[in-house]
Amino acid sequence: MNDTLKTFLTRKTGVIGLVLLALVVALAVLAPVLYPASPWEITGVPFAAPGEYGMLLGSDTLGRDIASGIAHGARVSLLIGVASTLAALCIGVVLGCLAGYFGGWVDMLVMRFTEIFQTIPNFVLAILLVAILNPSLWTIILAIGIVSWPPLARLTRAQVMTISTREFISAARCQGQSTASIVLRHVLPNAISPIIVTGSLTIATAILIEAALSFMGLGDPNNMSWGFMVGAGRTVIRQAWWMSVFPGLAILITVVAINLVGEALNDALNPRISRS
Amino acid sequence: MTLLSIRDLALDLPAGADRPRAVDGVSFDIAPNEIVCLVGESGSGKSMTAHAILGLLPPKVRPGGGELMFEGRDLLKVSEAEMRALRGAGISMIFQEPLTALNPLKRVGEQVAEAILTHDPKARDAKARAVALFADVGLPDPASAVRAFPFQLSGGQRQRVMIAMALANNPRLLIADEPTTALDVTTQRQILDLIKKLQAERGMGVLFITHDIGVVADIADRVVVLRYGRVVEQGPAAAVLHTPAEEYTRHLLAAVPGRGAPAHAEGRGEVLLEVAGLMKTFVTKQGFFAPERRVIAAGGLDFRLRRGDTLAVVGESGSGKSTLARMVLRLIEADDGAIRYKGEDVRLMRGEALRQFRRRAQIVFQDPYASLDPRLKVGESIVRGPMAFGTSRAEASATAKRWLERVGLGAGAFDRYPHEFSGGQRQRVCIARALALDPELLIADEAVSALDVSVQAQVLDLLAELKAEFGLSMMFITHDLRVAREIADRIIVMKKGLIVEQSGAAELFDAPKAEYTAELLAAVPGRDFFDARAAV
Repeated sequence: MNDTLKTFLTRKTGVIGLVLLALVVALAVLAPVLYPASPWEITGVPFAAPGEYGMLLGSDTLGRDIASGIAHGARVSLLIGVASTLAALCIGVVLGCLAGYFGGWVDMLVMRFTEIFQTIPNFVLAILLVAILNPSLWTIILAIGIVSWPPLARLTRAQVMTISTREFISAARCQGQSTASIVLRHVLPNAISPIIVTGSLTIATAILIEAALSFMGLGDPNNMSWGFMVGAGRTVIRQAWWMSVFPGLAILITVVAINLVGEALNDALNPRISRS
Repeated sequence: MTLLSIRDLALDLPAGADRPRAVDGVSFDIAPNEIVCLVGESGSGKSMTAHAILGLLPPKVRPGGGELMFEGRDLLKVSEAEMRALRGAGISMIFQEPLTALNPLKRVGEQVAEAILTHDPKARDAKARAVALFADVGLPDPASAVRAFPFQLSGGQRQRVMIAMALANNPRLLIADEPTTALDVTTQRQILDLIKKLQAERGMGVLFITHDIGVVADIADRVVVLRYGRVVEQGPAAAVLHTPAEEYTRHLLAAVPGRGAPAHAEGRGEVLLEVAGLMKTFVTKQGFFAPERRVIAAGGLDFRLRRGDTLAVVGESGSGKSTLARMVLRLIEADDGAIRYKGEDVRLMRGEALRQFRRRAQIVFQDPYASLDPRLKVGESIVRGPMAFGTSRAEASATAKRWLERVGLGAGAFDRYPHEFSGGQRQRVCIARALALDPELLIADEAVSALDVSVQAQVLDLLAELKAEFGLSMMFITHDLRVAREIADRIIVMKKGLIVEQSGAAELFDAPKAEYTAELLAAVPGRDFFDARAAV
């Protein structure tokens, strides 16, 4: 574990990503302390530019504090990104493993099922699911999870397929290890690093999908969200750029940070790179 | 007159490598119309030297001094454009693995024509010249061979294509980097003969890189022995091979397997493994309308292995020998026939019975780089076997350490990762992993084929010792008759899924019954040389 950490810390981009991500997380955690009032509350004059009336990033069309919205929105974005990716991983990795390791008709069945999901445009399906299930935090997580798993399943399947033909898997079978033990202890650990990297990209994509859903007004009406802020501010972007630019920057920084961390993690998890 | 003159060549490795320089102070000459063999073990810097000549050094490796004079020009100083004009025209190269050196999506004739057009863009007869070259390198039916894709050719044929491509622009110097290492013995023999013949016809200089002293004996005019990036000894082939001045050269010669009498004899023990009428056919579909391709990997195999014996299964690639090993362990399912282990049919075993059988019969694979889980410490790889059979972790760790000690790696190896070991050391780890389960039958599937000769000798010695110490029975799969001679009591010769000969080791070497066996024996590299040496 120490070696992994060491390699991670030698990757400059990874450290930058980690610092940015830590800042976003800190913002999310400290939101109720920094801005105890609800982000929906009107606290000042509408259309206040950044710095005016004691509002760091200005206010929106109704006079709500943008900075407060961003802090509270971080909670929603991170929660949805991580939770929906975990859901996608649970579905995708399990199905991919089954298809890749057992092959034959299991593979056939799982892959045809996956293809059904892949033929439907992601975003359309997500909108449909949220619209049917009523927008709330959990239905959004569920919807994003359901549209995000197919690429993970395909990747896992391809990884598992190549790795299970390797000789050390035959060696493990010859050692008398059970199928479950082979898959969990030999196949998956060797397959996992591209899955982790793709998983981190999936978090980023999930955050973007959530932002897009909120932008279209399909977000959870009880939670402030970056996408909603961009959507609300877009009509007045020429008069008040700060309303959409700051939440947009928040999305950008978070997504970039997650990707940087994912890449560095990939290097760190590979013992050949981390030890040489 | 010399064609290529290397003086004090030094190549610097990046910081953190196992030594500061890949090669240091290497000097030798190649005359036109001469074959110079550069011989050494892996890591000796022989390939690096060859790549330096063509300016193909890996990134981070830099020339650190000396000169490479080719026809009056220093190749270390010429511009990239000059070097490009030289590559494939003045100097060309053939590689070890002909499959990866050819573009899989292009017809081989086009690839050769392209090599011609690169250096002579106006050549209108490139296609015709390719056909002529194919005839020169002995490809059957050259007119249709040019239309083949690489995957439609055998390994030997692909290497002939590579040679045709290398010769396309009449190079003055041909560099051959282990061109026969990936080939079967009989094919190797043909390719060696071909290179020798073409060299004499065209008066080329050839720099031939190999780790096999047998090959050197067959083809070299002069020999340069390399070790740790330095020249140990060089001189005319006859002198270096017959009266080596250096200890290391003698050591290399002594490590070549398969000399001396096959002293082993079959035991009279109980029959441990009996294979009867074993059949396996692989069917591959080549497209919707193309007929299926059928390859017979086992066409009714019958043999027995007695307890305490070593049975060598010898054959060229595609003979079905590895499939046989995998069928015995049920890693591949046979189509028909019986595999009886102590009278019990392995093919009918299910679940727990199969698991118990696999504990008794262990395998060591060919490629020590692929057969260890790269993400696990080697100790962990070993302990998982005994733990799968209910041994406690503490006890399994103790067993693993004992075995690592026994195979000569020391208990310190327990906490290291596979990539920290050399090929030979990894193979020792694999042996330890197999033996930690306390098996009765050990199957070695080309277990020493990927190793250097001297390392090969060490691993063979280790296996012989372990066999004597623990009364192991062994099934030893190999393509190398020399290795079989070193270790086997009984030998099976396979060809295209059939057993062409099976007899005691001494008998097979002294009086081979099948024509194919005689062919294999004749193809062993350096046979004349070593026979002559043994006779003295």
